[in-house]
Amino acid sequence: MTSERIERISGRALPLRGDNIDTDRIIPARFLRAVSFEGLEQHLFADDRAQAEAAPAGSHPLSDTRYAGATILVVNANFGCGSSREHAPQAIRRRGFHALLGESFSEIFFGNALALGMPCASAPAADIDRILRDVEGDPDLVLRLDLREQVATLGDHACPISLPRAAREAFLDGSWDATGLLLERFEDVERVAATLPYVAGWTD
Amino acid sequence: MPQTLLQKTWTAHTVRRLPNGQTQVFVGLHLIHEVTSPQAFDMLRARGWSVKFPERTIATVDHIVPTRDQRRPFGDLMAEDMLAALERNCRAAGIRLLDLSSGSQGIVHVIGPELGLTQPGMTIACGDSHTSTHGAFGALAFGIGTSQVRDVLASQCLAMEPLKVRRIDVRGRLGPGVYAKDVILEIIRRLGVNGGVGYAYEYAGEAIERMSMDERMTVCNMSIEGGARVGYVNPDDTTFDYLRGRQCAPQGEAFERAVAWWRTMRSDPGAAYEDEVAIDAGAIRPTVTWGINPGQSVYVDERLPKPSDAAPADRAALDEALEFMGWHAGDPISGTRIDVAFVGSCTNARLSDLREAARVVRGHRVAPHVRALVVPGSQAVRMAAEREGLDRVFRDAGFDWRGAGCSMCLAMNQDRLEGREICASSSNRNFKGRQGSPTGRTLLMSPAMVAAAAVAGEVVDVRAFSRHDE
Repeated sequence: MTSERIERISGRALPLRGDNIDTDRIIPARFLRAVSFEGLEQHLFADDRAQAEAAPAGSHPLSDTRYAGATILVVNANFGCGSSREHAPQAIRRRGFHALLGESFSEIFFGNALALGMPCASAPAADIDRILRDVEGDPDLVLRLDLREQVATLGDHACPISLPRAAREAFLDGSWDATGLLLERFEDVERVAATLPYVAGWTD
Repeated sequence: MPQTLLQKTWTAHTVRRLPNGQTQVFVGLHLIHEVTSPQAFDMLRARGWSVKFPERTIATVDHIVPTRDQRRPFGDLMAEDMLAALERNCRAAGIRLLDLSSGSQGIVHVIGPELGLTQPGMTIACGDSHTSTHGAFGALAFGIGTSQVRDVLASQCLAMEPLKVRRIDVRGRLGPGVYAKDVILEIIRRLGVNGGVGYAYEYAGEAIERMSMDERMTVCNMSIEGGARVGYVNPDDTTFDYLRGRQCAPQGEAFERAVAWWRTMRSDPGAAYEDEVAIDAGAIRPTVTWGINPGQSVYVDERLPKPSDAAPADRAALDEALEFMGWHAGDPISGTRIDVAFVGSCTNARLSDLREAARVVRGHRVAPHVRALVVPGSQAVRMAAEREGLDRVFRDAGFDWRGAGCSMCLAMNQDRLEGREICASSSNRNFKGRQGSPTGRTLLMSPAMVAAAAVAGEVVDVRAFSRHDE
């Protein structure tokens, strides 16, 4: 396989609360005006951060020095919904995160993160809630995600995690960068294309 | 065994089962634009790969194009760079680019169908979440990210996991003043913004069958706002009649052979679905979103929800939305003063959308405090509308009449909200900051409702508006 095998990820966590956090919030569209992904990490949650800082008692977790150096983003439900922009997981990855743990993820976001080798693992809402609270209480706790054993641990708390079966397998066997795999048997691609009437040109 | 359209299309396009359990799926039509493709071409070059089926990819420019002055080079240098990169990449790879001088440029999800590129039984991918639009033709169409754009360019394939199918049966007929937009907003409100994750939505029932292709596209377009990456309608005579004679549709005898195949590419009676939902079309009323996701909507004659009435788990989300929007729980949505009216986007900027908006506007003036613009979905829509004199109706009323593009739906161009402005918008997303101002506010509604709001200067019920007028 062409890509790195990913079985276990551990590091400090950054808690980011809220359901339905869309990709426009993760990376506002004005920062997509570029021909590369370089530098996107500077604009991660740009508007949310600015608004949090303008609020009287506010601080966005990304601007909170207690979480500096965190490598796992912990989120709630339907994270990454909306626009398919890969700029969103790219900005997260380039900011130094290697994985996400949350209640659930939008499908396109999940697929984009998979293509970058950045697992998005799901856990039950009650466990996420506890992990968020524990990390907020002690940002130095180390969160461990084990994709093979399908378990997350934080301090003395352990909970089950899940990923769609094939995606999990792709991380474990290092096939998450799919292009090489898709080109492996190109004659099969040509054979299937030829069976499609709209490719073949509507011949009898 | 009876099968769904999704199963048939999936099977026809399956190349093989990959060792990790994913399916390698052939992509019949690949659409690209300037925002999500340049990095994919860079990745391809970095690995020394070429574009395998350049004739199966079509490019256009939509997100960043200015809608007022479209002369090259653009005044906006970054936009100019992005278009120049697309031009270089397409030229080098032999990909057809429908640019501003082509007469066929427009929002990618408007021009695919309009040119007859989008056809039943196809797999269609594009680096854009609203690719679900093309499902209106009975295609399996879905949004992808840039790394997957790279995969399609390199191999014409994607590694995918199978989807479940939820059949959504919209029974009966829609009342006057109620549109396809209201149907999809109703579906999203009922099933939730993440209710469709893991599913393809199959839209069916009398209300859907009676819809034009434009209306079916509006419904399928917003599938993703309900979490469903794919939404489709089984193809029928309405579909085939729409495609007949289109530039890229099969012609002559080939068209008849195509229709014969297309008729087989639909869900069989008795096909099994993972879930089924019924919705009463007659009960749907004109709908307006009040919050910060497309599921937060009310009928125009309803009041905003009260967090105190909601389930405890939902209260925080309601509070956050009410606070961002600056509303009071329990207030009516009707009468909300607007600053901007936007008719446009891949959801609602086709000819029939413009006709409905013009019908409401005709003989009226836009309220003095409202900035109003109409942005046709494509150059072809713009020209057709001008042939009917719709541009005159809008201009006479005080609307700006613009060139085709994504415009204020996502504000990657000069069209955007300022500060706390409130926009009545025919687009698809009311996310925080979506229309270009981090604190701007979006109310999603049908184009006819946007037109009525533009004239009244506030949110009004288009049904009462029309009656009052006559």
